[in-house]
Amino acid sequence: MNKKQKKALFRILASGALFLLVSLLPVDGALRFGLFMIPYLIIGSDILKKAGKGICNRQVFDENFLMAVATVGAIALGEYAEGVAVMLFYQIGEWFQSYAVGKSRRNISALMDIRPDCADVERDGGIVRVDPEEVEVGSVIVVRPGGKIPIDGVVIEGRSTVDASALTGESLPQEVEVGSAVISGCINRSGALRIQTTKEFGASTVSKILELVEHASSKKAKSENFISRFARYYTPAVCYGALALAVLPPLARMVFFNADPQWQQWLYRALTFLVISCPCALVISIPLSFFAGIGGAGKAGILVKGSNYLEMLAAAKYVVFDKTGTLTQGVFEVNGIHHSKMEEEKLLEYAALAESYSTHPISKSLLKAYGMEPDLKRVSDVREIGGNGVTASVDGRAVAAGNGKLMERLGISYQECTQAGTVVHVAIDGSYAGHILISDRIKPHAKEAILELKKCGVKEIVMLTGDAFAAAAQTAEALGIETFYSGLLPADKVEKVEELLSRKKEKEKLAFAGDGINDAPVLARADLGIAMGALGSDAAIEAADVVLMDDDPAKIAKAVRISRKCMRIVYENIYFAIGVKLLCLALGALGIANMWLAIFADVGVMALAVLNAIRALFVKRS
Amino acid sequence: MKKTYKIEVDCANCANKMEEAAKRTPGVKDAVVSFMTLKMTVEFEEGCKMEAVMQDVLRNCKKIEDDCEIYI
Repeated sequence: MNKKQKKALFRILASGALFLLVSLLPVDGALRFGLFMIPYLIIGSDILKKAGKGICNRQVFDENFLMAVATVGAIALGEYAEGVAVMLFYQIGEWFQSYAVGKSRRNISALMDIRPDCADVERDGGIVRVDPEEVEVGSVIVVRPGGKIPIDGVVIEGRSTVDASALTGESLPQEVEVGSAVISGCINRSGALRIQTTKEFGASTVSKILELVEHASSKKAKSENFISRFARYYTPAVCYGALALAVLPPLARMVFFNADPQWQQWLYRALTFLVISCPCALVISIPLSFFAGIGGAGKAGILVKGSNYLEMLAAAKYVVFDKTGTLTQGVFEVNGIHHSKMEEEKLLEYAALAESYSTHPISKSLLKAYGMEPDLKRVSDVREIGGNGVTASVDGRAVAAGNGKLMERLGISYQECTQAGTVVHVAIDGSYAGHILISDRIKPHAKEAILELKKCGVKEIVMLTGDAFAAAAQTAEALGIETFYSGLLPADKVEKVEELLSRKKEKEKLAFAGDGINDAPVLARADLGIAMGALGSDAAIEAADVVLMDDDPAKIAKAVRISRKCMRIVYENIYFAIGVKLLCLALGALGIANMWLAIFADVGVMALAVLNAIRALFVKRS
Repeated sequence: MKKTYKIEVDCANCANKMEEAAKRTPGVKDAVVSFMTLKMTVEFEEGCKMEAVMQDVLRNCKKIEDDCEIYI
């Protein structure tokens, strides 16, 4: 609670106690009026003052003015208790709202508590603690265990595990050693690290994320704009309605029915109208829901750049995936050894050694699968045959490793591989020894991600890839994706997305998920661009509307679910608040609802709507 | 040219009104007020003096909501 809230709470309590006391006293007449004025002025003086200022500034339909008119009117009609109660409950509502909003603001900034306060820089042999902004690129910083890495850089000394959970929502720690790139915002867990910075603080991951979060709310959702437009018309409409209710029915009674005009009764009903005219419940609950939704998503490592994107995400019916790096790991790995005439490890060893002088990605994956430092002394007579492969002598045996063309060239018959990927055929001493399949690996959660999206009601999932048909078909089948387009250049991907965009209905949104490398134009063209594995990739953070901090495709389904929940809450609040208000207006006009009910409806709806909005903050951990 | 300012305001509807008032100020191309983050993002017209425009924005906002503040 801040000072303002404490003061307001004190006033509410003091006025409430006095109000109760005065209501119980058996007094009448001027004394009763005087006594009721004490709690009224304690609680309402600031409202009356603001209302006066509003009139001076010609801002008539202002909540303060409405409350002032309603309560003064009630008191003038002799309904002292109601006048004071309306003011009291209005203030309780305001206080609750301010408390709830302040609390959720603090909650969400705590979630985003990744800003490092200081950096320990090595200068002239000592360590100086400075503001991260003052650290130049190339400086050496020291991060102790338990400390936050303040700036992106590369480890030059030490070995440790770092925890990126504040950024990604995943708590799996990562091993780092000399040469590893580390990103700011991670917590150093076990050992002290010396890090050479590669970026300024302003360009570091943490700054980028904070900037993104701070600007997240500058784009408003349609429903947010709807509600502020609604509020703009609602309040004046209800006020004129109140005026009409105070004047027209009594006049009609007098003129047409020659009956008693019942001025007082209609005036009372009109004042009830004014109490319901305050749009606060509506106006506060919608942005609060979005804010909580964005905060909850942020906690799960999903950064949504604005409430409009949260709204679109909920309406996503088409999800287009880039294949490499999004659904697959984008790293080529040995995925199988087939038809081997010897032990598979042995075959791999021969191939890896033969290729050990090459820097080709294929050789790298072979060496990685081999897992040991190749003993170069065992290898001699290496001949690289461009576009075909290599021949070499390993342990005195003639080894040939390469594609089908190499085998044909050497006159060795070989077996085609039935699976998609890059195949390395190996021949030893002139006879075929088997082949090694190297292919991109599907990400562990990719299949669940597709399944989850379908369960979420996504109509069509499309995969785009630059790879050949066979590789694409295999991945699509393994993941359960029906539609895919292969052999696409980056420009073709934009074209395909445009084709899909023209095919879908206006209200159905198309989301494109990519890793941000080469697909920035597609990210920008889709209704909603989702960048994955964005840690450290500035281009992706720039181009995308939703940024997944790690590269787990399952996060997309999670993001959709979070957005759906948030939108459900938003609509619940809209319908509930407008519904109750309209009902109260109707009951008030008919004289069924009195001012007590009106104020309870007003404050109660607001409290419920605010509590409901805060629900959007809670995201299920999966 | 876009710039973000910290603001102080008590109720959500007042924030909406501030946004309206800022939008109506000459020299302001667009303005967005976020009640939740208490920030006002103002996009200025080409070639106008930001400081002077912001003074006007503040005055207009004070007119509709006395109890608000913009930290220029």
